[in-house]
Amino acid sequence: MSSDVSTMTEEQILEQIQAEVAGNRVFLYMKGTPDAPACGFSMRVVQILGHLGTEYGSRNILEDPRVRVVLSEWSDWPTIPQLFVDGKLVGGCDIVTELYQDGELQHLLPS
Amino acid sequence: MIEAALPGAQVEVQDHGGGDHLSAVVVAPQFEGMSRIDQHKAVYAAVQARIDDGQIHALALKTRAPEA
Repeated sequence: MSSDVSTMTEEQILEQIQAEVAGNRVFLYMKGTPDAPACGFSMRVVQILGHLGTEYGSRNILEDPRVRVVLSEWSDWPTIPQLFVDGKLVGGCDIVTELYQDGELQHLLPS
Repeated sequence: MIEAALPGAQVEVQDHGGGDHLSAVVVAPQFEGMSRIDQHKAVYAAVQARIDDGQIHALALKTRAPEA
C-alpha cells in the first residue's frame, strides 16, 4: 500500500510520517529497505532489530528527497537512520548500537 | 563550549584527524533521566556554532549521567 510520495505535498508527507510513527510501535526511517539496505548505518540498525526478532515498519527515505527534510525538521535529528519506538525517537545508528550493546534497547522494544 | 552549556559536565574530546573529526565523551549531571537522544541533542546544540562554521566536521558522542 505504498502511496506515491512524489504527488504529495510536504504537509501530506509530514502527516504520513506522524501516522507511521503513531501507528507502529517500532518504525524505522532508513536508506533502502530491510531486505536491501542502501547504507551501512541503516544496515546495522536492520541487523540489530533482526537479531532481536523485533517486528517493525520502515520507510525508505530515498523514495523522495523531501521525506528526509520533513522528517529531520520534525524529529530535530539530522541523520538517517532514525528509529522510533512508541512514538518517540530513540536514536540513529550510533545510539541504537550503544543501547543494544548496553542491553538497554531490549527493554525499550516491545517483546 | 560543552562545559559552558552543561555546568558540571566532564568532557573528554579526542581528535581523529585534522582537528575537525572529533569524538567526545560527556558525563553531565543534567543527563540524569534524559533519553540518549536528548543527551546527544543537548551536546550538539552546545557546539552547533562550530559545526555551522565548519570547525567541527564530525562529532561522535558518548553521553551518560554520572554514576550515582
